[in-house]
Amino acid sequence: MAHSYTPGLTVTDHTVVHRRRMLPLPGKVLVNVGDRVRSDQPVARAELPGKVFPINLANQLSVAPGEIKDYVVKKEGDVVGKDEILAENKPLLKWFKTEIRSPVAGTIESVSPVTGQILLREPPKVLQLLAYTDGAVIETIPQQGVVVETACSFVQGIFGIGGEASGEIIMAVKSPDEPLTPDRFDSTMKGKVVVGGAFLSFETMRQAKSVGVAGVVVGGIHDEDLRALLGYDLGVAITGTEQVGFTLILTEGFGAIPMAAKTFKLLSAQAGQKASISGATQIRAGVIRPEIIIPKGEGDVGMVAQTPREGIRLGDPVRIIRDPLFGRIGEVSALPSELTKISTESEVRVLEVKFSDGKRVVIPRTNIEVIEGA
Amino acid sequence: MTASASTPVKINRPLNVIVATDCGSTTTKAILIEKVGDTYRQTYRGEAPTTVEAPFEDVTRGVLNAIAEIEELSGRKILDGDKIITPCRDDKTGVDIYISTSSAGGGLQMMVTGVVQNMTGESAQRAALGAGAIVIDVLAANDGRLPHEKIERIRSMRPDMILMAGGTDGGAVTHVVEMAEYVAAAEPRPRFGMTYKLPLIYAGNKEAQPQVKKILEDKSALVVTENIRPVLERENLAPARNKIHDLFLEHVMQQAPGYKKLIDMAGAPIMPTPAAVGLIMETIAKREHLNLIGVDIGGATTDVFSVFDGVFNRTVSANLGMSYSVSNVLAEAGLANIMRWVPFTIDEQTLRNRIKNKMIRPTTIPQTLDELQIEQAIAREALRLALIHHKSLATGLKGVQQERTISDVFEQQTSGKTLIDMLKLDLIVGSGGILSHAPRRIQSMVMMVDAYEPMGCTRLSVDSIFMMPHLGVLSTINEKAATDVFVRDCMIYLGTCVAPIGQGKDGDLCADYEITWSDGRTMKEQLRFGELRLVPLESGQQATIKVLPIKQVNMGAGAGTAIMKEVHGGVVGLLLDGRGRPLRLPVEQPARVAALTKWFNAVDLYPVLSAER
Repeated sequence: MAHSYTPGLTVTDHTVVHRRRMLPLPGKVLVNVGDRVRSDQPVARAELPGKVFPINLANQLSVAPGEIKDYVVKKEGDVVGKDEILAENKPLLKWFKTEIRSPVAGTIESVSPVTGQILLREPPKVLQLLAYTDGAVIETIPQQGVVVETACSFVQGIFGIGGEASGEIIMAVKSPDEPLTPDRFDSTMKGKVVVGGAFLSFETMRQAKSVGVAGVVVGGIHDEDLRALLGYDLGVAITGTEQVGFTLILTEGFGAIPMAAKTFKLLSAQAGQKASISGATQIRAGVIRPEIIIPKGEGDVGMVAQTPREGIRLGDPVRIIRDPLFGRIGEVSALPSELTKISTESEVRVLEVKFSDGKRVVIPRTNIEVIEGA
Repeated sequence: MTASASTPVKINRPLNVIVATDCGSTTTKAILIEKVGDTYRQTYRGEAPTTVEAPFEDVTRGVLNAIAEIEELSGRKILDGDKIITPCRDDKTGVDIYISTSSAGGGLQMMVTGVVQNMTGESAQRAALGAGAIVIDVLAANDGRLPHEKIERIRSMRPDMILMAGGTDGGAVTHVVEMAEYVAAAEPRPRFGMTYKLPLIYAGNKEAQPQVKKILEDKSALVVTENIRPVLERENLAPARNKIHDLFLEHVMQQAPGYKKLIDMAGAPIMPTPAAVGLIMETIAKREHLNLIGVDIGGATTDVFSVFDGVFNRTVSANLGMSYSVSNVLAEAGLANIMRWVPFTIDEQTLRNRIKNKMIRPTTIPQTLDELQIEQAIAREALRLALIHHKSLATGLKGVQQERTISDVFEQQTSGKTLIDMLKLDLIVGSGGILSHAPRRIQSMVMMVDAYEPMGCTRLSVDSIFMMPHLGVLSTINEKAATDVFVRDCMIYLGTCVAPIGQGKDGDLCADYEITWSDGRTMKEQLRFGELRLVPLESGQQATIKVLPIKQVNMGAGAGTAIMKEVHGGVVGLLLDGRGRPLRLPVEQPARVAALTKWFNAVDLYPVLSAER
């Protein structure tokens, strides 16, 4: 039963991460195993099929669908320019002539004698997949992508919005319980990853956007401010494609919650270093948490990827993740095995947490998470 | 186990010890079933977080952890490392079969197409929902979207599977072929796995099969089956549903983290959880000739099942759940609707933050009474919204011409009206964590009564510890085992709710009633508006209730008409609900809190509750 615990967020100074970079559809891999790559370097490329434009020729020519092949002047696979004639009739009097012109430049995908439609497809769009983080290519997957290995400092957030970005880390507050206020931002922060403390208000978010920061990392925000930022109420935690001007990463959760001291200390120690960040969060179907990757130098080798731990043990540092003690950090001081009745009258498995002031509390096991990477 | 899901599995050895799991979106639940004498009983239960997510990304990890809990509790050795010992080696080692259901990894997400949205489009939707899928979009020739918008939609949604329907057999083929052309042009890609082709089932006009094959064969893993609407007046959903189950196992589950291993571990095909729960609900209704509404409220979805006059329907409300999608319940219901069930005041910001924190840390449980009450308030809204969704889809066939007699002339009956008639409803069955694990059973009963507002006399029951999915899949391989456990260990009858229809001023007379117990005792009382009352009537007991409503109030036989009914007891008893139908809560905050406090205290809903918080 010791296995049944909530895996926590990793916050570690030394680790090796592997990032699988995959194209959304088959394409070409541009690098080889062993290559060193930079975060902004393309590692694979694909062509996204262009938009499709259906044109109902039968209707426009007033003929039966089966007859349209007699009027089409192009065939499937032909390239057409914008306004080029696709089909025309041949009346005895030229005033009655009808010409159907292409609304876009592209190729003829299909001509259907059943529906009387012609499908035009615009030229493909080139999609370049970036390495995302500085590191080395350790695997290539033909037509699909690569795996990039990076020795780094690594911080996992709990929730984020916005896509991948990179920039130099800059500390905007002096302590993890200090809120990030609008006056902390100035023009020197443009393109950088700004680290705050306990809280970020909507006004501060607006300021961050106007300065043009690459990202903001903070302990918590109010849900109301998130709604104001996005313009809608977020229903499920599947994010990463929002375009709000910067990438936002919460390390603790919703509310004004001081950033865990360990996280703050680690980020402070890395100030001035380049970080790759992603706000993408997906809390189901293969969890994705937002992350901050701070690559180490090329010579910094010898570290190994962390393996998932087995269960929870006495002395493990833990964070309480549910009210009434949400956000408090302590260590496991007892692991009773029997079910315990809590104040809701539910009988659950619990553990005892000891805080730094010596106070001990009993918490349902599912309401704590282990601080990984300790 | 890679057998087809649509064909029953035959196991030739005796099955005396069975371990079953349900891999939910949040937790993996395991139960042990053992044959004791001639009867199968559920004996031990284990639970562990589901592990499709990082750092494990292997669903079997959670399964093995949940089974390890059973091992610890039962003293039976079931695991040999990462393997389940089957069949039993001796009295204390191994199990005879391992079976599983799953909704982990987001379940089965499908897109369906038809020609006319509320005819073949809806039939296709019913077929997919019936197979336990989440329908992410319904495309139809007349859905109001422009052709290029349809193509963009197909391309962007990334479903696990597409079901194409449309046209009656022998009818026009043009619109069906047109839709096939759009699907082909979109080149849809599956959610998981880049290298495999998207499974696509064609179940439309059989005359269009050759053209559809020509257009889609190279662009998808095309399977052709019987038309789901061969004629306008009849649906034929079973062949398409069976194909969905088969393709789910063959294609979709193979892509999810660790499922290949899970499929190999299981002794029978893995079934989507909603399909398994639906099987059980349908069996109860048919065996007891009942009209039934069943619900399974999970972490990510709320699945509703109904059987009315023998017609089975199932809907899966994606993103109405209690953990991953709890925030979406807030978004859909609105804060005011959730707050109306909370018997204290809390500021909006705090409540919003708490709900979001549950969304991002979905495995947590309420530790304080306030938190429990908030979760149960949200559950009422999730249940209510999912039933509205279900009512809109559990309808008669639309577009069918109705024969009318002269007596029908003044009745404005339309085709396709909902089949859900709360006055004909005999039984409500609740399942899922928040209902099965409520600390007091009365809480489950009141949550369902508040959400569904049953009318007249309606019996309620709950899945004791959430094992209906397990029993659903078990029923496909050993019906006796499933039935034994269902009757003895799973189904907990809560009692009966007696609710007059109508409204009146608080404190005014609603109805006179007389209860006669089987031992001859009688009780004559008056039910007043705004009153909630609990009368003891134990499990297995029956009583006769005679209700004489006042003249503007109806008990199902007409306004002011008395009814006499046999009512069943349960672990809660007889709930007399004088709050009126439809249920209206006071609008003003202090009055609402006072009303909730009065009702909750009247039925002893929570340990301590006072209006002065």
